[in-house]
Amino acid sequence: MDLSQAYDAMLGDLAGAFPLVLLAVAGLVIVVWDAFRNNDPLLPYIAGGALAIGLVFEGSQLASEQTTLFYGNIRAGGFAAFINMVLLGGTLLSVVLSVPYLRQIKHAYGEVYALMLFATVGMMALATGNSLIMLFVGLETMSVCLYILVGLVRKDEGSIESAFKYFVLGAFATGFFLYGIALLYGATGTVYLHEMQSGFAQSGATTMFWAGVGLLLVGFFFKVSAVPFHMWTPDAYQGAPTTLTGYMSTTSKAAAFTALILVLYYALPPERWTTVLAVVAVLTMVAGNVLALAQDNVKRMLAYSSIAHGGYILVGLAAGTAAGYSGALYYLLIYSIMNIGAFGVIALLEWDGKIGREQTMESLSGIGTQRPFLGLAMAVFMFSLIGFPPFGGFFGKVAVFGPAIDAGLTWLAVIGLLASVASAGYYLRVVYVFSFKSADERPAEAPATGTGFNVPFSSLAVLSLCVVLLVVVGFIPGLRDVTTHYFIDMAVAAGTL
Amino acid sequence: MELTVNWYLALSAILFSIGVMGVLFRSNAIVILLSVELMLNAVNVSIIALAQMMADSTGHILVFFVLAVAAAEAAIGLSLVIALFRTKPTVDVNEFNLLKH
Repeated sequence: MDLSQAYDAMLGDLAGAFPLVLLAVAGLVIVVWDAFRNNDPLLPYIAGGALAIGLVFEGSQLASEQTTLFYGNIRAGGFAAFINMVLLGGTLLSVVLSVPYLRQIKHAYGEVYALMLFATVGMMALATGNSLIMLFVGLETMSVCLYILVGLVRKDEGSIESAFKYFVLGAFATGFFLYGIALLYGATGTVYLHEMQSGFAQSGATTMFWAGVGLLLVGFFFKVSAVPFHMWTPDAYQGAPTTLTGYMSTTSKAAAFTALILVLYYALPPERWTTVLAVVAVLTMVAGNVLALAQDNVKRMLAYSSIAHGGYILVGLAAGTAAGYSGALYYLLIYSIMNIGAFGVIALLEWDGKIGREQTMESLSGIGTQRPFLGLAMAVFMFSLIGFPPFGGFFGKVAVFGPAIDAGLTWLAVIGLLASVASAGYYLRVVYVFSFKSADERPAEAPATGTGFNVPFSSLAVLSLCVVLLVVVGFIPGLRDVTTHYFIDMAVAAGTL
Repeated sequence: MELTVNWYLALSAILFSIGVMGVLFRSNAIVILLSVELMLNAVNVSIIALAQMMADSTGHILVFFVLAVAAAEAAIGLSLVIALFRTKPTVDVNEFNLLKH
């Protein structure tokens, strides 16, 4: 590698990685600003502005050629632009929802927005990284920021306990992930994903390679909370501030899944993966849905539901085809919209002073009659999470189950469909409690009927946007093709399709 | 007896296993943090040995990133333990069981 022009080349590449740089700089500005004017209400605007600019920039890159920047360390354009838009958009919605929520729970700290930006930088590095070093650094930048965000309400016993559990299991998973990286590096002699297959063919260090792959997959399964590595998820989601739960349950999962897809697609030989991924997908779908049925706390129920949705995405990955991978990407987009919306509604309905971790389902009785908009929005999110047409969730499920059937995994798709039907049990219970139970059935310590539950304009706007997106997303012509062509075209170019 | 790369890999695997056991079976929060650090540094031994064997500098660079990340994780972990200690004066993780199925 000729490094004489390295400095110029890297300066030139900065423009391609503009959103990454912008978010990092904006995060630093917020930290410094916060030091001088503590918890300035202007800080979320800086974060939101940076995210919006990044979003527009990535939108303009959507149709451009895929390239790698910084000597093949990170991807830009095309595929990378799409996933970056999901990450930036999800973060932007979460920032807007968090401002009134954090004020309501009296933890309106300025550094929250800096941490969210840094976490998003990590996610973007993870999702678009093309070398194992980049994946590791991105994963850790993301995780370290999320540990702090989960434990934000540090006076609350449950919140700090959930943060500690999340930290221990997250760091544990990082160990496996890193060991996998080390062995893969040893077996292939490279850290670049696209060079791994040829490196492996050259060295022939079979045992080390497969051991490395196994450990790396365990690390990934932890991060996407696939069963049996899901134990941290319900605790972390229940104890985190609710809008931030929505944030971490969607964007961090999207980033980790994308990195997993890229590793499967570029770095590993195509055979042998279907069985492993299919078994994990079945376990994840079944366990996630069964455990969700038994929950009485809405946040915990949604946590198990998000595990189940990870299972649906794994079905697409198990198919192992270009269509399956692109279906998974499409599903991640839709899942992000509906989950951020669902947690956004729950966030508005909290009154226990313990960030909702002790609120039962009954405490939400009759919200639909008291605040019709919230009832309607929640109903849309729940129906979409079930996968009920014409909402986005339906098209997402078609996009992941279809390729699985084409790949000969009909039994897996059938289990997925049965799991979706079972999931209706707990999603519809939320709709029922919201709309058909009377507000008198709320626990005695709930705010009196007719008071409380203010819906700020900004939250209203975000929730309406999520609802509208879910209704129309399946009908936007070409959106599905956008994700397909990233993989199909590449497969054609590589001569494998 | 010559020290081949396999000896380093074996040492690293043993250290990593000790770390895993520590995280799984110890109940003292500080010991758990130590075990996590041990896992990361066990991997560092592997990476350095492999990089040295292949005469490739990429592995050495990776180790520096790992060290920085381990430091950041230790800082977060210790501050979480302090915050835990303030809610309940113990570092025994079995005492923290508010969140259950």
